[in-house]
Amino acid sequence: MTSKAKSKERPGWKDLPSGGFILEPGNATKYLTGDWRLMRPVWDAERCIDCLLCWLFCPDGAVLAEGGKIIGFDYDYCKGCGICAKECPPKVDAIKMIREDEALEEPLSA
Amino acid sequence: MAVAVALQKKVAMTGNEAVAQAMRQIEPDVVAAYPITPATDIVQYFSNFVANGQVKTEFVTTESEHSAMSACVGASAAGVRAMTATASNGLALMWEVLYIASGMRLPLVMTVVNRALSSPINIHCDHSDSMGARDAGWIQIYSENTQEAYDNVIQAIRIAQHPKVLLPVMVMLDGFIISHAMENLEILEDGDVKEFIGEYRPERYLLDADHPITIGALDLNDYYFEHKRQQVEGLLQARKVILEVAGDYQRVSGRSYGLFEAYRMEDAEAAIVVMSSTAGTVRTVVDAMRKEGHRIGLIKPRVFRPFPARDLAEVLRGVKAVAVMDRSESMSTAGGPLFTELRSAIYELEPRPLAADYIFGLGGRDIYPEDVCGIFQRLLAAKPGDICSDPMVTYLGVRE
Ligand code: SF4
Ligand code: SF4
Repeated sequence: MTSKAKSKERPGWKDLPSGGFILEPGNATKYLTGDWRLMRPVWDAERCIDCLLCWLFCPDGAVLAEGGKIIGFDYDYCKGCGICAKECPPKVDAIKMIREDEALEEPLSA
Repeated sequence: MAVAVALQKKVAMTGNEAVAQAMRQIEPDVVAAYPITPATDIVQYFSNFVANGQVKTEFVTTESEHSAMSACVGASAAGVRAMTATASNGLALMWEVLYIASGMRLPLVMTVVNRALSSPINIHCDHSDSMGARDAGWIQIYSENTQEAYDNVIQAIRIAQHPKVLLPVMVMLDGFIISHAMENLEILEDGDVKEFIGEYRPERYLLDADHPITIGALDLNDYYFEHKRQQVEGLLQARKVILEVAGDYQRVSGRSYGLFEAYRMEDAEAAIVVMSSTAGTVRTVVDAMRKEGHRIGLIKPRVFRPFPARDLAEVLRGVKAVAVMDRSESMSTAGGPLFTELRSAIYELEPRPLAADYIFGLGGRDIYPEDVCGIFQRLLAAKPGDICSDPMVTYLGVRE
């Protein structure tokens, strides 16, 4: 994710549109807001009851669902706000928020 | 070369009226303004043109200069020509938005009627206001008299909108001394002005529904620097464009303009560098002292941003001593803004001319030919190796 964005060659000043204008509509998707994340939601598929509350509440559409089932998280855009973990029913508790630096060892679940 | 000079009318007008006439002839799509002495007349005259149906301009009266400049930014970003006028604290209140206009590369044109900044409160001329905005990324053009103010405003439109420049332009004239003084000037026919400025067709603008764009997006450490470098390029390119536009304007008007005026500099051993109306006083003294055999000259910078450092150094090559007259104090304690830039520009000259700064005319304090004469006498008395810059800064006309 971040390394992907960082390794991409960025245009020099002669090649950029002037005035900070952005000429390509909808190109905000190229900006990986997941870059900023401090806390990472880690999803436990075993515990999940597919109530879709996390999917509904995520402000960034970063919870991925298919056919009414959660399939994972989009860490390119998940900003780590923790709303999904908060909304997950307490008895289920299928989402844990862990610090990114602690999570670095673990592979991403998406 | 045969010069086809267009039909012109000789008229008597105040500086403000002349600027308003230029704006009528330009007929910008939007004028947004807030009144402030001594610039008020400009938009007051212009509002009459709007009320009388002489222009189709959308005239926006705002609640502050901050809003006036913001409305101009909005109009220009939308894709039309926008203009305004202000002075002194009004310009200071626009400060934040000035940077937004230049950073977004919006070709606004604004007249600034130079007036001292508060405090203490003062309505008379000095250059503190526009010098405070010198680093805002705007092109700055200073006018000596009513004719120049009129001519500069018209040329500013062409300079600002040039695709290689795309920067806002500030045109200055001295408060009261020029803004409220009646002078003879020649004005072009309306049609000739319209033809000179041409139609405004921005390549990119917000209301272009077929090519939607985003303006004013967040620009962090990975792009901001590149966009600032682009702005500098616009100013670098402006030097040539300003001269091209001046050439075209001369063909229409018969009046010639450059980055600065070098007056009787051919064999000069001493020179005064001064902007705006005071250049008239200095020119008179140059003529009088030349009659007595003194080899002296005058340099009147017209364009302060971009600063024509190389060109100024060239014209000062071989001059023994130079005095800069600054109508503002930068409070650096190391000289006014024109002095520090000019002295830096001549640093590489060999032999290096001696340089001294004279801060004068703050808050509208009058300057007299005798004062100017005294400066020239000091310069002429300087011998190579003299520390002419002792004192480096003289406060001319202040009571001790
Ligand atoms: S942490 Fe926030 S952004 Fe990330 S998936 Fe959960 S709700 Fe969405
Ligand atoms: S809120 Fe919890 S239980 Fe419901 S779908 Fe999301 S992870 Fe599964």
